[in-house]
Amino acid sequence: MVQYITARLDASFAALSDATRRGILEQLGRADTSITELANKFHMTLTGMKKHVGVLEQAGLVATEKIGRVRTCKLGPRRLAEETAWIAAYRLLWASRFDELDQIVEELKQKEKSDGRKRKK
Amino acid sequence: MAANGKSDPGTNRTTVERKSDRELVVTRTFNAPARIVFDAWTKPELFRRWWVPKSFGLTLVSCELDVRVGGTYRLVFGQGAAFFGRYIDVTPPSRLVWTNDEGGDDGAVTTVTFEERDGKTLVVVHDLYPSKEALDDAIASGSTGAFSEQFEELDALLVS
Repeated sequence: MVQYITARLDASFAALSDATRRGILEQLGRADTSITELANKFHMTLTGMKKHVGVLEQAGLVATEKIGRVRTCKLGPRRLAEETAWIAAYRLLWASRFDELDQIVEELKQKEKSDGRKRKK
Repeated sequence: MAANGKSDPGTNRTTVERKSDRELVVTRTFNAPARIVFDAWTKPELFRRWWVPKSFGLTLVSCELDVRVGGTYRLVFGQGAAFFGRYIDVTPPSRLVWTNDEGGDDGAVTTVTFEERDGKTLVVVHDLYPSKEALDDAIASGSTGAFSEQFEELDALLVS
């Protein structure tokens, strides 16, 4: 199971390592978009865009559907749930840590201030 | 998100980003000059008060920091887990670099920079892993950071 998750995380993070692909996900978060529209939006050839969408599709981040002659892309069923969950846990750790650090920094600032006042007197 | 700083919500947000295959980057701004923030990272009696957030319910049994180039650090938790490594750059008050040796050859090198601007300090924590696999493994095993229990819970959540 862990291996399965690792493989999926591999594919997801590889897919997300590219700025265009992250842009595509952002766009799809706003609205479903055809490959042609995506290619135009990102100033890219249709072939280039198909490759990017392919990588996202492989990672399960994007799903495509052909209706007539148009292939429409939307966010995949998994979306970013797993990565988001992991990053969220990691951020929670650092945010809690930094909130405590904030208090200590505040304390040190006050101390410096009052020491400075004492020196002036 | 709940990551906003208490004193100045919105601007003091903690961000976490996987910058590349091998890098994780955490940022946060503090309302204090760099020398003060740097002190809190390098004086053991200060460091131990914040590195393990109270809300995580873990006990830091000992915290030894010998902050100088070539000096070592060692953090020991109640459960027996130990985190240790070596400082490879100490440039007050702007830069700290240390190794994470408890993971053997797969450990990250952590670089922390303190950039002061208008009396505020931007802290950037940058973890560089030796390989993509090392970072993926750290993520998958939940061993990133000192709180494996948290990540084990997350693992359970992902599996279900």
